[in-house]
Amino acid sequence: MELFNVFIKAAFVENMILSYFLGMCSFLAVSKSVKTAIGLGLAVIFVLGITMPINWLINVFLLSENGMFGMDLTFLRFILFIAVIASMVQLVEMIIEKSSPALYNSLGIFLPLITVNCAILGGSLFMVSREYNFGESVAFGLGGGFGWFLAIVALAAIREKIQYSNVPPALRGLGMAFIITGLMGVAFMSLLGIDPSTLTK
Amino acid sequence: MAEAKVLEKKEPTFAFGKNERKLLTDPLDDNNPITIQVLGICSALAVTTLIFPSIIMAVAVVFVCAFSSLFTSILRNHIPKQVRMIVQLVIVAFLVTVVELSLKALNYPVYKQLAVFIGLIITNCIVMGRLEAFASSNKPWRAFLDGVGNGLGYGIILIIVAFIRELFGKGTLLAGTPIEAKLIGPTAEYFINTTESTYFGWYANNNLMVLPAAAMFIIGVLIWIQRSRNPKLVDIS
Repeated sequence: MELFNVFIKAAFVENMILSYFLGMCSFLAVSKSVKTAIGLGLAVIFVLGITMPINWLINVFLLSENGMFGMDLTFLRFILFIAVIASMVQLVEMIIEKSSPALYNSLGIFLPLITVNCAILGGSLFMVSREYNFGESVAFGLGGGFGWFLAIVALAAIREKIQYSNVPPALRGLGMAFIITGLMGVAFMSLLGIDPSTLTK
Repeated sequence: MAEAKVLEKKEPTFAFGKNERKLLTDPLDDNNPITIQVLGICSALAVTTLIFPSIIMAVAVVFVCAFSSLFTSILRNHIPKQVRMIVQLVIVAFLVTVVELSLKALNYPVYKQLAVFIGLIITNCIVMGRLEAFASSNKPWRAFLDGVGNGLGYGIILIIVAFIRELFGKGTLLAGTPIEAKLIGPTAEYFINTTESTYFGWYANNNLMVLPAAAMFIIGVLIWIQRSRNPKLVDIS
């Protein structure tokens, strides 16, 4: 039940995009159609779900004072975390390129850019600062990825609908996406007060 | 692609002609990293509550962007495609560490205030985006100019957004620097004191401006203005 709390909290209450505004670039640029959004969302869930436990192991067994080297190596945290993330993204890129070339082309530059998606590195740093254990870090990774997935699919769906509305020409597309995201963020602030431990009682 | 290569061969290494000037000025308006390419939004939301951190951030991004483009471009033929991201990130992380340590040595109070944001440059998509899109397939000098231009284009948007957010959110300009200007607020320290002024008694600072959502609205409106001025930029989708 504890893990479920962490999952729900990461997915809804502390949504990476709508309450922390992390991982915006690919969120705004790849949300033109629901289909591509689902593809990118799944890639983000995968990368977050894998890198979070690996980074947890690195942080506990290599970098901490009680770890393998017996000294405080936390100043290496950024470089090691980002190296793990980069190699995972490279893996995902190769898988998608082989299995679905159409999706690969529509994601374009934003596939390698998952590496520098702030949500991924931010997730790993949140995990460190909140002192999650192994199970919690897996749940947090999957939950954060799921929340990111839901948010990008929601925005893509709104953007598909809004094409039929009478938006000023210059605001069409990207400008409107910015304003919709801002409004979604303001709406999501109301969820910040929820204590997820009361939900499962 | 083939055309570009032929052109490059004719030019001397450090030419600064029309094409090179275009590399510097295009990102300022028509190909702006934030409003057109949609890169580097996260830090634009996080840093822009005050003008001063935005200026420091802009300078740091210009530096990192320019030199990471230069180094990646020099190494571009030696990096295998499968590990290019890791190599690029190591270059960026190295440059960010250089910026962080030099800021720490030069101005410690500012470093204390900005350490987190400087670390965020590693995950700033502009740097990585330009490395992938431009530097990994162009000659060093052109890649360097492209890096400088994109850093400046990012900096301009950052400072405009920060100006609006600081003025309406806090009533100050350049807070935290020696030339701080307190313009409008509820105490006697401010230039216009809203508790005593006969004309501005209704004014209150807008707390929405301090939230990240305000940056989304402001950038949205900037895109609106930019595309109304230049209808060519409107995307049909």
